[in-house]
Amino acid sequence: MNAYQVEVRITPRVGLLDPEGNAVQHALTSLEFSGVEDVRVGKLIRLRVQADSEEAARSAADAMCRRLLANPVTEDYEIALGGVR
Amino acid sequence: MRVAIITFPGSNCDYDCYKAINDVLGAEAYYRWHRETDLGDCDAVILPGGFSYGDYLRAGAIARFSPIMDAVIAFAKRGGPLLGICNGFQVLCESGLLPGALVKNRSMHFQGETVRVRVDNNQTMFTHLYDRNEILDLHIAHGVGNYVADEESLARLEGDGRIVLRYVDERGVPSDAGNANGSMHNIAGIINEEGNVLGMMPHPERSVESLLGSADGLPIFQSLAAHLSGAGVA
Repeated sequence: MNAYQVEVRITPRVGLLDPEGNAVQHALTSLEFSGVEDVRVGKLIRLRVQADSEEAARSAADAMCRRLLANPVTEDYEIALGGVR
Repeated sequence: MRVAIITFPGSNCDYDCYKAINDVLGAEAYYRWHRETDLGDCDAVILPGGFSYGDYLRAGAIARFSPIMDAVIAFAKRGGPLLGICNGFQVLCESGLLPGALVKNRSMHFQGETVRVRVDNNQTMFTHLYDRNEILDLHIAHGVGNYVADEESLARLEGDGRIVLRYVDERGVPSDAGNANGSMHNIAGIINEEGNVLGMMPHPERSVESLLGSADGLPIFQSLAAHLSGAGVA
């Protein structure tokens, strides 16, 4: 077993209105940052997971996302593995 | 009528429900702590409003896995009446008992205000003492009450008449201006296919006496009590 560093990146589903992202975009525009076309605000969850392999760690994280960490109605998620720690 | 009110860490409308049922309605309510695993001897269950687990992760996401929820879900699957109010509605969506989800209000603010709500379906065990299209003054108190669902779910909710309550404007029309929080199709409350699980963002328990500004929420509890005593429509 190794300890794997796992990052779960959760964002509002594509196509779903993101009021928080819109508010941030408006704020950036009012601060005269030009060229910001789209802002989506999500969340980042860092986990350290004991698993036999990178694949097993990814698979465990995916199960966690489907069960608890993300809501499939409103959120998309990506899993990134940062290697053994 | 005996009603089990589930208390999670962070629930804060449990006593309002208790008082509405015991003191105003004259029925019997009791609390059930989230760590318990059986509901006791009840005819109906309420998931009250509040901020269970501080709304961490997503509103209702962690409460949904509380030990008591297995019993709540089993009770609902057997056809037992289950009412989720505000945070309780969020828990119902997270647990899959109702379709869709609740996201941040389009205002991005917590909103505590009285809103107008229309009864679109008065043929349920929770609403049969209202008139169809009756307009209610009810209180909302939420930051995460903006109902979303995919097109297919929305079409089914509409087609089956399962949108029970809608936010409306001063003319009683579910317009964008009358939409309290940005909810799709102005949805304030929906019911499951079997008709025994209602989720709603407005707080009927806060509007049960004219002293509180409105008694428009009381018929929710009266409808349920009448239904359970065999006098209901649904």
